[in-house]
Amino acid sequence: MTARERVAGNVANYVDERTGAAAWMKKSLQKVFPDHWSFMLGEIALYSFVILLLSGTFLTFWFDPSMRHVVYEGSYQPLKDVEMSAAYASTLHISFDVRGGLLMRQIHHWAALIFLAAIVAHLMRVFFTGAFRKPREFNWILGIGLLTLGIVEGFLGYSLPDDLLSGTGIRIAHAIIQSIPVVGTYLSFFAFGGAFPGEIFMPRIYIVHVLLLPGIFLALITAHLMLVWYQKHTQYPGPGRTEKNVVGYPLMPVYMAKAGGFFFIVFGITALLGAVASINPVWLYGPYTPAQISAGSQPDWYMGWLDGLVRMAPPIETFIFGHPISWNILIPGLIIPGIIFTGMALYPFIESWMSGDKSEHHLLDRPRNVPNRTALGVMSLTFMLVTLINGGNDIIATHFDLTINQIMWFTRIGVIVLPPLAFVITKRICLSLQRRDRELVLHGKETGRLVMLPHGEFIEVHEELSAAKKFTLTQHVQPQAIALVMEDKQGVLNPKGIRAKIQAKLSKANAENIAKPTATELKELESGHH
Amino acid sequence: MSKELEPLADPGLPEHVHRKADIDPIAAKRAERQVAVLFSLSAAGTLLFMYSFFFIKEDLFVFIPVMGNTNAQQLGIGLGVAFGLLFIGFGAVHWAKTLMPDQEVIAYRHTLRSEEEDRGEFVKAVKIGAEEAGLGRRPLIKRSLFAALGLAGIPAVVMLRDLGPLPGNSLNETNWKTGTKLVTDPGERAIKASDLEVGGVAQVLPELAPGKKRTLEDIAKDAVLLIRLRPVEFQLTAERLSWTHEGIIAFSKICSHMGCAVALYEQTTKHLLCPCHQSTFDVTRAAKVIFGPSARPLPQLAITVDADGYLIAKQPFTEAVGPSFWERKS
Amino acid sequence: MKFISKYRRHKFATPVLLLVALSALGFTFSAATAAPNQSAAAASARSTLIEEGKEIFLKGCSSCHGLNAEGAAIAPALIGVGAASVDFVVATGRMPMQDMSQQAMRKAPVYNEEEVAALAAYVASLAHGPRAYTNEEIEWERDGNTAEGGELFRNNCAMCHNFAGQGGALTRGKYAPTVMGVEARHIYEALITGPQAMPVFNDKIITPEEKLSIIKWIKSAEAEPALGGASLGRVGPVTEGLLVWTLGLGLLIGIAVWLTAKAR
Repeated sequence: MTARERVAGNVANYVDERTGAAAWMKKSLQKVFPDHWSFMLGEIALYSFVILLLSGTFLTFWFDPSMRHVVYEGSYQPLKDVEMSAAYASTLHISFDVRGGLLMRQIHHWAALIFLAAIVAHLMRVFFTGAFRKPREFNWILGIGLLTLGIVEGFLGYSLPDDLLSGTGIRIAHAIIQSIPVVGTYLSFFAFGGAFPGEIFMPRIYIVHVLLLPGIFLALITAHLMLVWYQKHTQYPGPGRTEKNVVGYPLMPVYMAKAGGFFFIVFGITALLGAVASINPVWLYGPYTPAQISAGSQPDWYMGWLDGLVRMAPPIETFIFGHPISWNILIPGLIIPGIIFTGMALYPFIESWMSGDKSEHHLLDRPRNVPNRTALGVMSLTFMLVTLINGGNDIIATHFDLTINQIMWFTRIGVIVLPPLAFVITKRICLSLQRRDRELVLHGKETGRLVMLPHGEFIEVHEELSAAKKFTLTQHVQPQAIALVMEDKQGVLNPKGIRAKIQAKLSKANAENIAKPTATELKELESGHH
Repeated sequence: MSKELEPLADPGLPEHVHRKADIDPIAAKRAERQVAVLFSLSAAGTLLFMYSFFFIKEDLFVFIPVMGNTNAQQLGIGLGVAFGLLFIGFGAVHWAKTLMPDQEVIAYRHTLRSEEEDRGEFVKAVKIGAEEAGLGRRPLIKRSLFAALGLAGIPAVVMLRDLGPLPGNSLNETNWKTGTKLVTDPGERAIKASDLEVGGVAQVLPELAPGKKRTLEDIAKDAVLLIRLRPVEFQLTAERLSWTHEGIIAFSKICSHMGCAVALYEQTTKHLLCPCHQSTFDVTRAAKVIFGPSARPLPQLAITVDADGYLIAKQPFTEAVGPSFWERKS
Repeated sequence: MKFISKYRRHKFATPVLLLVALSALGFTFSAATAAPNQSAAAASARSTLIEEGKEIFLKGCSSCHGLNAEGAAIAPALIGVGAASVDFVVATGRMPMQDMSQQAMRKAPVYNEEEVAALAAYVASLAHGPRAYTNEEIEWERDGNTAEGGELFRNNCAMCHNFAGQGGALTRGKYAPTVMGVEARHIYEALITGPQAMPVFNDKIITPEEKLSIIKWIKSAEAEPALGGASLGRVGPVTEGLLVWTLGLGLLIGIAVWLTAKAR
């Protein structure tokens, strides 16, 4: 035994005698993780969170979240002697008078944008591959929770410097709170400590941003990861992969090296962006005052769809006993987002009700094999994209020689017309792809080589797929429609009545698939063909 | 078409293909060197950081294509940190890919559902525990417990009362009173009617009593936009026309939609545009909304001139400025 | 010839051919549509600047603005607009207008300095209006205050021209152009005359000293180097979000693909 091995042994012994860690560690070090690039999207989000914690902590050493008025005395000359809040002044101080300060500010903000982009990309992967199905419904809900909190956290974060752009964002948030019927003015006066903008809002959102929400994030992320760890990661279908196994690489050393290395890569790319690309140049926006506004004011991208919804809302305000109800604010600002996030959170349960599928799933779906779900997902993305476009309609108008009025009307109509269109088109594409898969399995791949048969006929040579490929393309289970039972043997009507009818209809639509080729069909073909 | 959905047989895991580094020791050595180079690049990055942090002058700018004139220290620090991190990652990943075993391993999933025996024991434990607690048999304890717990939560909510004052009537009031002079923002200069040209605009605020400091809360309600048109261009009711002076008209600058500053005035169309959500207001028709999500026109401030010709408010706003709220008198 | 036939099946043959064809097309197009430089000196003798201006006016402006600058359905009257208006719109190339669209675009000027001065003199002679300025007399560097200019800009200009003077959208296709790369005299004249949709900011509402400060701030923003890195247009979160979804996630996903691919 070498000296190093002896020391390591002693340390391990010391820890194990006090914690019994060896038993748990032995299992963990050999845990198998399936390897696919699409499984790394969640990792990007996780590592971005760590980067946010690290860079954010750095910034807290200099940031002053106070709204008291100061006169600027730092080194950025175009703001010399300008009156501003201490929060804004300390942000300028970090940007210009702390070495590495601007870099850290930029890394922090880029990491926030990447964090949310990665969450959305990860959400799309999980959705389109059906990884949210039993037993992973809780994890899906945790994920939606993380997404929602992430959006709030990002909004609060970029509002902290109290510059003209983010101050405008707070003004909008204030208007949404104020518009809530009955309690709106009370809520807004409580939140802001009085009239807008007040002197206490910044310190309050600071604590939410650096303490409350990060704490909740840590708890939710831990629960999220623990579930993945315990339930084991899902895997794509393929030869050797079943619902009862996990095929991949062990944690030590491969996964540690790859995942650990990826953390450094994500950090490095974020730092690279922070080094070469300017983001949120608060010194150009100037300090916030309610009398000023910049053309082309938008929130960060992950709230762009909300801004787009608010912009396209029809100007509807009704009155109840003389009290205004601002539907033009409530619908796009609270009601629609509420429906969307609630719907997203409940989706696993909605889908399992629609399809009648109550079994456990560890093999992922290929999106084409679940046309209904894929079409639903594309429909939602279309909605998001149209609203996002409207959120930036003034920037798009000036850069592409359009008018804001054109874009508004296009998105007002498009947001209703385009999603269903996207649904139909996507479903048809999925079914076509299924047809193609069937052809591939039964008849092989087209090689482009033409051969003339002795009797003069030209045929294209088809190359048979490998057994592994054939298996992968047919491994999935195709859903059956739920049989609608309206009356039982005694003639008693189904108590669920209408619900059962709807469920049966939906499950029938869900089961609309091109029948996959079976072993018998393949044998028939092979015997008859060559 | 066959109705049996029996799948094709599973051909099992594909045969393992060896990498160059697995079979050729020279290739393995080369991979090892590559990993070492990557790690060294990371160290170089950190050195670049140290050099930039301590030795590059803070006001030195260099020209980089695409980026333009860039602060050299900022760039050096940033690239140093970035490369320092990035190449550790590249090195670790390359090491795992080329040298660490890449044989796929199979592990088996355990059934998540607990054994029947365990479930039975669990249910029994809960039942016994509940019985021992005796809540079922002792309704008095149960009811008083829930009452106490429910009440105990109340202080947590009530103590939030002093988060802020009650709104009272403050949302309906601004600093504009009868006779208040209009002053420029910034500059605080009083404006004569003759100062404003046709086609001109001015950002104005109410003149404050001497010694009083203007707060952002004041500005958030008081900001007003002054616009001069030719009187013949107005399409106003008689009352609203009397609130103008020789073609000069004043509106609250706080958008009636969500409170942004509405100050984009298009001289040719006489329209006001709010850049936040594109609500468009027609100045000739008392800021009537002609496009966009705002449901109400901008409140108009009645103005006139005093004895010296300075523009003054004729009366306070007749409605609350800014976004709608429940208690707003319509 | 041998070279071409020898390499006609080279894998780069098609891309190179495409590049050559596209370049040739591009150059031909730009040469054919190059704006003719009408520094056409009037053949006839000019006695005064005003007369010269009138000649240029009749040739290049009267078809829209009327023979006596009295205006028509498609163009406003120019009586009383002053030399400042003429100097601004003509020297920045906005007039003659490229097409009859929502607003005049800034482009390469059609008339040279001398001709602009002549036009300005002619229009000024029609009625009293704001005078033109020269860059030298606008002592923004000496008399302007950058920080004050920034405050004034954000209060009076940013709502249309954006916080960094990059320009912004107005309704129905109109836009506030960028104020970067504009001569000091043109900024001054635009403020005074309120061209097209821009309001008028005369010297009583924004004093001459304040105007100098605004110009000084604009110039400082123009000269300000990329303090945090490449500026992404200085239009805010839209381009930042775009960069994240293209370069940011794109790079990271590309690396993830490399990471999980089997080594050779």
